[in-house]
Amino acid sequence: MDTAVQTTLTVNGTPVTRRIEPRMHLVDFLREELGLTGSHIGCEHGVCGACTVRVDGEIVRGCLMLAVQADGCRVETIEGLTDSKELEKLQKAFHERNALQCGFCTPGMLMAAQDLLKQKRKMSREDIRGHLSGNYCRCTGYQAIVDAIEDCINGQG
Amino acid sequence: MKAPPFAYARAGSLAEAFDLIERPGARILAGGQSLIPSLNMRLATPQLLVDITRLNELAAIEPRQGGLQVGALVTHSQILLSEEIRKRVELLAQAAAQVAHPAIRNRGTLGGSLALADPAAEYPAVALALNATLILKHRRGERRVSAGHFFKGLFETDLRAGEILAAAEFPQVERSVFVELARRQGDYAIVGLAGVADASGRRIAFFGVAATPVLAEKTSRAATLEAALEALPQDLHPAGDLYHSSATKLHLAKVLLQRAWTRLSKPR
Repeated sequence: MDTAVQTTLTVNGTPVTRRIEPRMHLVDFLREELGLTGSHIGCEHGVCGACTVRVDGEIVRGCLMLAVQADGCRVETIEGLTDSKELEKLQKAFHERNALQCGFCTPGMLMAAQDLLKQKRKMSREDIRGHLSGNYCRCTGYQAIVDAIEDCINGQG
Repeated sequence: MKAPPFAYARAGSLAEAFDLIERPGARILAGGQSLIPSLNMRLATPQLLVDITRLNELAAIEPRQGGLQVGALVTHSQILLSEEIRKRVELLAQAAAQVAHPAIRNRGTLGGSLALADPAAEYPAVALALNATLILKHRRGERRVSAGHFFKGLFETDLRAGEILAAAEFPQVERSVFVELARRQGDYAIVGLAGVADASGRRIAFFGVAATPVLAEKTSRAATLEAALEALPQDLHPAGDLYHSSATKLHLAKVLLQRAWTRLSKPR
């Protein structure tokens, strides 16, 4: 039985049309079909946040959305936001604050952090930690990550 | 951790959705934030997923006499942003702030959470405390079921084959309070409390303590906090889980009751 579904979406500004098996997650599609391996796959059940991408401007779990559901949607990944320089300040702050070690969580962390920066308001470290509660880092202990984001939010980054 | 193969169909209208869900092995896909993990873990093996997320008629927030009707496809994020919900059904907004994390709130829906009926989830307890009316549509009409009759058991509801949960109607109340205890922000609660109060009295519901949310009736009727704390063990008989014994859960439920009580009492 052929269950593949013709799907058209925009990925980092480029229109893409493919026949996609419904069981394929958005993040697998991005990585395996399009070679965009910046979005990582950690837990595959929505806990770790490593696969965070943007769909129609909002962050989502790439492992909790089927690629066929993205039909007609605008998908942005870490590659796109890096090329457009939207993440430049955050990436510099992560570097300066040593906010990563192995780097596995970093793409998802940056996507979630940028979602917070877009709100354009001052916030406490507690607010930052709350927003990042769905993104796991097993190296840093989060302190340096919160430092880096705090720098950007409070205008020092 | 890849889902087993299944077919996928996106419903373009409610009528089409009713046709599709009658096919063998069909299952409704809304926000997917619980269904997709269970597919990934192969706990669920549907033959056909019927995606209803583009049915805009299920995504409205509309005032009703004495309350608010919230469409099944309204997401947690939309609940948090809605001025109307904050004003008229504050309990729902308070609960949404405790649901998972931003990336999940952007897709997870009110209807998905109510229809799944996870005993540790927030909205079933909110619906029970407010005695919300759930609107279940089928091909030939609709049924209106009160939350008290909707949650039947563990992941079990009054939804029948061929029905789609379309919306929930929440009455406006004077005071509401939502508190839960979780190990980390966004985790499922160990124990949670959703309570409301107005001239007709209090309604305090607990979740994470049984197969369904539990309306603590004797506790709700108590005149003082002391009497309520004494009544609570008659209303709740929490089952222990891997990490918390029954006694611990009952203790934590008392802690929540103490935190909630004054906020449910009339300001002097």
